[in-house]
Amino acid sequence: MPNDVAPGPVPRGMAGGAPSLGAIFGCFLGIGLSSFGGGTTAWMRKELVRKRGWLEERPFLAGLALCQIAPGPNGMNLAVFVGTNLRGMRGAVAALGGLMLPPVVIVMAAGLLYLRAGTLPGVQNVLTGVGAAAVGLMFANGVQIARRAIRSAVPGLLATALAVTIGLLHAPLLPALLVTFPVSWVLARRARRQGRV
Amino acid sequence: MNVLLQLALLFGGLSLIAFGGGSGILPAVQHEAVDVQHWLTGREFIDFFAIARAAPGPGSTVVMLVGLKAAGALGAVVAAVTLFGPSSLLMFAAAKGWRTLEGAAWRRTAEAALAPIAVGLTFATGLSLLQGTEHGWVLYGITAVSMVVLTVTDWHPGIVLAAGGVVSLLL
Repeated sequence: MPNDVAPGPVPRGMAGGAPSLGAIFGCFLGIGLSSFGGGTTAWMRKELVRKRGWLEERPFLAGLALCQIAPGPNGMNLAVFVGTNLRGMRGAVAALGGLMLPPVVIVMAAGLLYLRAGTLPGVQNVLTGVGAAAVGLMFANGVQIARRAIRSAVPGLLATALAVTIGLLHAPLLPALLVTFPVSWVLARRARRQGRV
Repeated sequence: MNVLLQLALLFGGLSLIAFGGGSGILPAVQHEAVDVQHWLTGREFIDFFAIARAAPGPGSTVVMLVGLKAAGALGAVVAAVTLFGPSSLLMFAAAKGWRTLEGAAWRRTAEAALAPIAVGLTFATGLSLLQGTEHGWVLYGITAVSMVVLTVTDWHPGIVLAAGGVVSLLL
């Protein structure tokens, strides 16, 4: 499916009932195995929204924002958010367990190897390249969600301001949100009242 | 004081202030673990962080290795549970609350208002990741090409990540 095609009128939430706990665990296990270099949330959008249709784009993006604002790793937060939305607490445990099983096993194995051998496992070169590509995946995901979520100038300016102040100038998150979120809220409410949403 | 208890206090105290993806607390972890408690050397911490970053999953999994060095396998478990537990429970409560607002008009407004925030913070994360690693021109090139390819095609990201690894190995 090309990127420009919207997922279409997928029924609210998902087609044909919530996925089983096993399906949730398996899906997140795959994401956990692929989540190199910090591209985890981009993988999740691809797997959960575009491929499986478990969530619609709009609730997913709201969840993504909440997970980026809340403390803790974004990917773990998003697993908890999605799992809870699909199947409550057991869904959250299945999603988080699947997501974290591969990283935990790999990090512990590599750490034990390091403590024994005293040097890093010799795959560092390959992995820096994978990490660099994962940053590209993150940016590509940003472009794709921007295309869907941003349709006028002011929200675009808000997003740009957040990216620059936090990503480049390392401004603290809370003040940046206190400035941008109220503006975004007012715009969203006005758009809704005018029936554009 | 018992080392497991010290680990629990350290990471439990940091869990709910780990804003911005969670890696913001790592300098504090490094200071406490290396300079104050002497659980590991500075060199070991840096190497552990390299391992955690190279592996899939969040870079914060480095705390498991800090726990491992400080108190063995149980230390790793205590570190992971106390750092990731509280923030995950908070997110669970938030998701539950969010779910009960299904259909409410202001939830739809909030969703629309949060979308540009998600976009901005996604780019901010990418920019921080760029600065967090020593990025030579080859790595910048890999990042740029991957971004373009994954934006304009529908290729599987795994292919692009693997290609990034191969290019970096060869150049």
